[in-house]
Amino acid sequence: MLERTHEEMRAEQSLHPVIKPGYTFATVADKISAIVLTRRTPLGWLVGFVIAFTLTMILLYSVGYLLVVGTGIWGINVPVAWGFAIINFVWWIGIGHAGTLISAILLLLRQTWRTSINRFAEAMTLFAVACAGLYPLIHLGRPWLAYWLIPYPNTMDIWPQFRSPLVWDVFAVSTYATVSLLFWFVGLIPDLATLRDRARSRAGQIIYGILAMGWRGSAIHWYRYETAYLLLAGLATPLVVSVHTVVSFDFAISIIPGWHTTVFPPYFVAGAIYSGFAMVLTLAIPIRKFYGLEDFITMRHLRNMAKILLATGLIVAYGYMMETFAGWYSTGPYESYMIINRMKGPYAPYYWGLIAFNVLAPQLLWSRRIRGNVLALFIIALIVNVGMWLERFIIVITSLHRDFLPSSWGMYYPTIWDWTTYVGTIGLFLALLFLFIRFLPMISIFEMRTLLPEAEVKEEVA
Amino acid sequence: MKKEGPRIYGVMAEFDNPTGLVAAARRAYEEGYRKMDAYTPFPVEGLAEAIGFHRNRLPLIVFIGGLIGCLGGYFLQYWISVIAYPLNVGGRPYHSWPAFIPVTFEMTILVAALSAVLGMLALNGLPMPYHPVFNAPGFALATRDRFFLCIEARDPKFDREATRKFMKSLEPREVSIVEY
Repeated sequence: MLERTHEEMRAEQSLHPVIKPGYTFATVADKISAIVLTRRTPLGWLVGFVIAFTLTMILLYSVGYLLVVGTGIWGINVPVAWGFAIINFVWWIGIGHAGTLISAILLLLRQTWRTSINRFAEAMTLFAVACAGLYPLIHLGRPWLAYWLIPYPNTMDIWPQFRSPLVWDVFAVSTYATVSLLFWFVGLIPDLATLRDRARSRAGQIIYGILAMGWRGSAIHWYRYETAYLLLAGLATPLVVSVHTVVSFDFAISIIPGWHTTVFPPYFVAGAIYSGFAMVLTLAIPIRKFYGLEDFITMRHLRNMAKILLATGLIVAYGYMMETFAGWYSTGPYESYMIINRMKGPYAPYYWGLIAFNVLAPQLLWSRRIRGNVLALFIIALIVNVGMWLERFIIVITSLHRDFLPSSWGMYYPTIWDWTTYVGTIGLFLALLFLFIRFLPMISIFEMRTLLPEAEVKEEVA
Repeated sequence: MKKEGPRIYGVMAEFDNPTGLVAAARRAYEEGYRKMDAYTPFPVEGLAEAIGFHRNRLPLIVFIGGLIGCLGGYFLQYWISVIAYPLNVGGRPYHSWPAFIPVTFEMTILVAALSAVLGMLALNGLPMPYHPVFNAPGFALATRDRFFLCIEARDPKFDREATRKFMKSLEPREVSIVEY
């Protein structure tokens, strides 16, 4: 494998290009910036945005009602005190992870195919983290006191408990949100300068001009810029692993059967990347079709993402296997009952649904033909999105609803407000994504230019 | 330096492709020019070196930032858990360092990332809404598909006419005077 020559690599590159041949520096910039600057806003965008915005209003209403009445409007109660809020929190934050993986880890591994998908994958991360961060806050009971989680000198003379994973979560998620925002914005600066120079309306010139901060493409600036970008990627890579590890600690540090297990951190991280790539595919496939970006987001991208989906899906399947194995091998009555309850208890259909969606469905990706079929990829990605939601449902609900003492067993039924809040965050996510596509370049213009053959400096001239 | 006419920022040459620009930058450096800068729509490999830029202090800034975040994060937790608000939980030690690692790690990353971005902007002198090079004709294309080399008037070897003639010899598309 390692013995492949440069020519062979080149030949493969030209067979499955990351950018369709025939583009120049100017046409790349024009094609991507035209979506933001000159093309008329398509009707489909308007319809999609109105739907997403309506769902966002449903979210606002649900949260408003929650603030007035309290968490009693949700289906949570003893013994299941962690319901949709925690399921959705883990689901959203997992989705966010693919964005960081694509932008940081694939950058460090010099995978040039990441270039056309990293910008909107990063945006996806940002919006998913925004949705995720909302849930623990509104789950607090008294959300208006959320600032108590931050260590600051106060008149009550009390401080947060730093041995609690819930406090680690505050630091992990807020750091993740901040670093994702920085990474995304730094990546945007040169493209904002392109938009500033290409905008024809005065408002566009001023707004993009302020955001570009006077970027002029100086060679010395580029040099420091690339250093900063690379360092950020190096910092974001361990960060993304740590975030879902800390999220898994919320469970693993407790003593509840099915949660108290060392497989959780790696299994959560793999699951996060799995669901994140599923979401990237779910978004990339319609966007490339709708905006005619097949030249930039080529089949090579979709095939590669399908392969990552399959690989991480197998890691997740291994996680499910080890959970079952640990339940049996521990010989603990509570651990083994937890597994039997998952498979045969009242939530068994969800468990088997999860196995079908997350383990069986992605096996289709072994086939080369399926990996090349856009519609099939889209459907599999959707199935995996649902499957990963079911996984979090199973983890949160089945462990809590029947723990040690049968007299305190119970059932969990989500209410209409659980559903409206969940659907509402999907609306918020999509609404933000629609705005992003309309007002910012969804593909990194300057990085796409570096992929063109003309971008290479020919040495013999010197 | 004592030429007639308004005070100028420098002389700018415009190129079609990165290869021409890097070759020109090397020539200018060999010629003895030191105060110059190049402007490109994307990072061009070897260009910063060609104009004689080597010292990059950003990695050091990020390292110091990370160190501050790491130590600050740890001692914040130490101070809170041991000195300011000690809580006896089943007789366990107040200084329970393994439990402090996650937050220490997150603080390291946070401060290092902030210093990477703010350090990069500060060293680059951004935000800077106005800069004389924006006055150069066609400079808007520096973010599209043109490559510029500017020899600045503060260079000791700079001479309005001689530098201009030298720039012409580099076979650019165009040479222009950049005014303030």
